[in-house]
Amino acid sequence: MSLTDHQLRQKSLQYRKQVLEIIYHAGAGHTGGSLSCIDILNVLYNRVLRVSPENFGSPDRDRYIQSKGHSVEALFVVLADKGFFAFDELKSLCRYGSHFVGHPTRKVPGVEFNTGALGHGLSIGVGSAIAAKKDGRDCRTFVLLGDGELAEGSNWEAAMCAAHYQLDNLTAIIDHNTLQITGRTRDVCANAPLDEKFAAFGWEVMTVDGHSIEQLTSAFQPASPSRQTVRPRVVIANTIKGRGVSFMEDVGKWHHGVPSKEEYVKAMAEIDVTMKAER
Amino acid sequence: MKNDICYSDMPVKLVAISSGVSYGALGSTHHSLHDVAALRAINNIDIVVPADNFEAQQAITLAAEHKRPIYLRFGKAAMYSLPSPATQGDRAGESAFAIGKARVLRDGHDLCFIANGETVIHALLAAEHLKQRSISARVISMHTIKPLDTAAILTAANDCRAIITVEEHMIHGGLGEACASLLLQAGLSPKFAIVGFPDEYTVTGAQADIFRHYGISMEGLGAVAAELLAR
Repeated sequence: MSLTDHQLRQKSLQYRKQVLEIIYHAGAGHTGGSLSCIDILNVLYNRVLRVSPENFGSPDRDRYIQSKGHSVEALFVVLADKGFFAFDELKSLCRYGSHFVGHPTRKVPGVEFNTGALGHGLSIGVGSAIAAKKDGRDCRTFVLLGDGELAEGSNWEAAMCAAHYQLDNLTAIIDHNTLQITGRTRDVCANAPLDEKFAAFGWEVMTVDGHSIEQLTSAFQPASPSRQTVRPRVVIANTIKGRGVSFMEDVGKWHHGVPSKEEYVKAMAEIDVTMKAER
Repeated sequence: MKNDICYSDMPVKLVAISSGVSYGALGSTHHSLHDVAALRAINNIDIVVPADNFEAQQAITLAAEHKRPIYLRFGKAAMYSLPSPATQGDRAGESAFAIGKARVLRDGHDLCFIANGETVIHALLAAEHLKQRSISARVISMHTIKPLDTAAILTAANDCRAIITVEEHMIHGGLGEACASLLLQAGLSPKFAIVGFPDEYTVTGAQADIFRHYGISMEGLGAVAAELLAR
């Protein structure tokens, strides 16, 4: 049964609360980035990706590779919601011996690839998309990148390669929150204009509000069969780091900041208010 | 590193931070347990793994003037100031810090711990623990893996019945194998054990938890020592 836009918006708020809950209890995690990309994951897993616990062993499943692996809490929360494992298992996040570590690992059901070393995911996605074409499968590959991550040169090798092989089954998504661990992306290693850069590399470029369920849904639709050129697609999702909690929004320290008890209670209450207002 | 620094003989100072399992809970993508093995296989680079504040300060100062490529390996946590003959008032008992010159932090004649980096404190604690069981343990901080202080290792092998190496690194290609290779080629075969990370998927958790898991602790090293001496 497909969920309405309104239901997905409510789900995003629920996910945000769960992200905060597991980070607060673990005493570790990447809060800001998880909150900036959660709407993207929500739309992908609940509306776009043909991925479920039932078909995860099938070569025909779609592939989601989270290259910005540090936002793993967002991924874990969504995978739990999709039934890959029980949410309660996330209580062991970052604990001794747990396989729920601070970056995606294939030891966790539903995780497609081990990531966390930045700049690897797009190359893996290119390989995945080429393999699908060679095998004649119609599965699609989605790769989530951080904007700070784009300073890794390997991304641009992969970008060139994706265009060369006409990988219209590949979609890169940039969580464009403009902040990275050491500051504003423009101050650390300026990457603007991203749209022109990707266009010059031969990609179809879409720029959307990365918190809009409607815009993300539209951007993730397959290319029209009547398209003139066959290109990989990049979705530049303009997002806000720490989105949904007023005192975390667009504040760099929440890259890997962990809320105190007081901050946690305040943040959860804020999201509750938003949920009621949107109900 | 091989081509542009070592082969080209550029006196570059490489400083590794958050090495080993400093980022224990972040998972294997964020563990660095293979760097020493990779670098040992490349000629023309010195490898230094300081154990405490004193060694760190000395190593950084010397590295700044070093004429060859050099690799300094640090963890993430604040370092300790470990006791040594000099800090115990015996300045004559300790030679000046030099790259390639091991430091004997504690003397002993039954067995010798040869450790480096953040594992050294655990070797010192184990040595104190073993003293209560009438086992005399020497502790060497082998802060430089290349060039190796071969004299210190050969002396330890002649003085002690057993040698235990300890490192925050895979057991393959690190300090332990460097010592083993030297000893065997010198015709010495003391009782010998390498404590480090085995050839398996590393457990995750806090650095201290992972150390305990793999026996890099007072209790773990004490147990290895007792077992080795009883062999």
